[in-house]
Amino acid sequence: MSIIIPVAVVSGLGLFFGIGLAYASKVFAVKVDERIEKVREFLPGANCGACGFSGCDGLAEAIVNEGVSPGKCPVNSKEGINAIAELMGIDEGEVSQMVARVICQGTWTKADMKYEYQGVQDCHAANQLGGGMSQCYYGCIGLGSCQRACPFDAIELKNGLARIIPEKCKGCGMCVAECPKGIIRLVPVLTGFTVLCANQDKGGVARKNCKVACIGCMKCQKVCPAGAITVENNLARIDHEKCENCGKCAEVCPQSTIHDAMHERFPMD
Amino acid sequence: MKLFKGGVHPPQQKNTAEKATVPMGVPSVVLIPLAQHLGAPCQPKVKKGDTVKVGQVIGDTDAYVSAPIHSSVSGTVTRVEPVVLSGSRPVMCVEIKPDGLQEISEEVKPPVVDSRESFLAAIRASGLTGLGGAAFPTHVKLNPPKGTKVDTLIINAAECEPYITSDYRECLENTQGIIEGILHVLKWTGIEKALIGIEQNKPEAIKMLKQAVSNIPSITVHALPTRYPQGAEKTLIYTLTGREVPSGKLPADVGCIVMNVASVAFVASYLKTGMPLVKKRVTVDGSAVRNPQNVEVPIGTLLKEVFDFCGGFKSEPGKVIMGGPMMGVSQYSLDLPVLKHTNALLALDADEGRIPEETACIRCGRCVRACPMRLLPLELDRLVKTQQFEEAQRFHLMDCIECGCCVYACPAKRLMVQSIRIGKDYIRRNAKK
Repeated sequence: MSIIIPVAVVSGLGLFFGIGLAYASKVFAVKVDERIEKVREFLPGANCGACGFSGCDGLAEAIVNEGVSPGKCPVNSKEGINAIAELMGIDEGEVSQMVARVICQGTWTKADMKYEYQGVQDCHAANQLGGGMSQCYYGCIGLGSCQRACPFDAIELKNGLARIIPEKCKGCGMCVAECPKGIIRLVPVLTGFTVLCANQDKGGVARKNCKVACIGCMKCQKVCPAGAITVENNLARIDHEKCENCGKCAEVCPQSTIHDAMHERFPMD
Repeated sequence: MKLFKGGVHPPQQKNTAEKATVPMGVPSVVLIPLAQHLGAPCQPKVKKGDTVKVGQVIGDTDAYVSAPIHSSVSGTVTRVEPVVLSGSRPVMCVEIKPDGLQEISEEVKPPVVDSRESFLAAIRASGLTGLGGAAFPTHVKLNPPKGTKVDTLIINAAECEPYITSDYRECLENTQGIIEGILHVLKWTGIEKALIGIEQNKPEAIKMLKQAVSNIPSITVHALPTRYPQGAEKTLIYTLTGREVPSGKLPADVGCIVMNVASVAFVASYLKTGMPLVKKRVTVDGSAVRNPQNVEVPIGTLLKEVFDFCGGFKSEPGKVIMGGPMMGVSQYSLDLPVLKHTNALLALDADEGRIPEETACIRCGRCVRACPMRLLPLELDRLVKTQQFEEAQRFHLMDCIECGCCVYACPAKRLMVQSIRIGKDYIRRNAKK
């Protein structure tokens, strides 16, 4: 008999709070735009932060509530971006997938060392001491700050040089922001022949410091049938709008600085 | 006198204290960077092929926080181009091939000083920056923002870094010059009193300075306990006045201006002769140097010529440091120049120059006890290494004075100061964006 009272009291309390909660959940409900959930499903979900928002949820909210462009996510696939654009009823236009490229081939064997670096293994730290330990001021320091910044494990490091693994790279640009030398660039994934050097020293100095440096010899500029190559500040630059990917520049380059970055990866020995 | 918290006692190594300063002759070439101060770099005022004379302005700018650059030799400009020095960015440099005549420029004449404004203008024209090592333009320091009341001038002769004796030699060889300089600064800035702070390990200099100020009531000499970093600006102010510079504030905010002893001595010599800052007393020492001594070096002289002047190397140097062993900057090449604020050049042999391998933090807290700024170096190190920069700022990362006490005290040989520097660099970069 004594069991009945506690059972009744607890059931009563349960009923009371149950009704209270049910009422509160209806009256005080926060209205969530269901589109946010759907947009979120089309985002990659890596929470890399490359869009500038707090992860994919943040971007999904911003796309729906603040009208941020679906293309803001640099990682997302073309299909994903178009799906979001359709959901939001806007036209995103032509979307091009981006990929990061390290524009340096100067490993320890190719570019001479200025000094032996001891200390914290971080590119920014080494950069504070004479701009890094490579003789080439413009080149890769090779202590892997970009590798640690990459949320997709898409950067390999060997012999003091970083290289992007294109299959893994989503083009989020985290490494671009991290590199103290600014030698990682985001380019459309279909970009072919590229000058893999950032050295602006005069030819002789550049050649002395690094075996694969652009020496500004103008051979590529002369041979290019599309007129896509210009040499400025002792450094060749290919205009990818005009480039026809014929590969003549790579053939004549005496320093093997120009490579078809879409189809081959530069050596790291 | 108050004692600051923390600090360490590294071996003093004042090997060159009893050796009189030797002036160095005209070097075979000088390379003069146009940014030798905190603030905006100067623009070159000469071009390749120009003839220059001693004391001629070769770089200047309109920016307020800056100081002009003068030629330290007479000769011909052979190169004006950016050179990568020990910092992270190339600096515009003027290379001059001396003709050996050392002709003095017509621009060099004693300045006319009759007011505070003309005094500050003269200080700027002299090219003076803080000679203790921070290279902050002196005319800016002596002109604190309106509304701050400065009542104390502190003269820093502590020289707490191991090896360095250049300030000590200044005290012995130019005692009168120092006192004259202090009186000039007091007179034109309207500051009432000056305190000279000097570590107890320099009894000779204390005696001479005390003698020199015996009948000048506005200047007093204070012997300080020997402990690194006694000569750091904030610890020195605390020891001498008991005032604490708050986080993110300047000494002027607590009514103090701190000047290095060599800087005030230069003020006196400039007002007398009009010769701008073109040479510097530098302590050359270290286990790899054959003949350690104090040398008066023309600014822009390449390090190799300075070491050659001191008898060259006994053994292959493993590390060359500009400044003291605690706060100095490693130099990657001997082809880099002596700067205005260079107070020492150390060449350590390969064994001494090697950094021991970093091991795991055992959380013993010795760095915390050693930190004179009352920070938690082990936490700052961890926060920077795990990229938690905002959290690190909450732990007052920016207040670190990079004195190196934590690293010196650390039994695990952790490179905390370098981590902190990375953190500061990151925060400054992101603040600019």
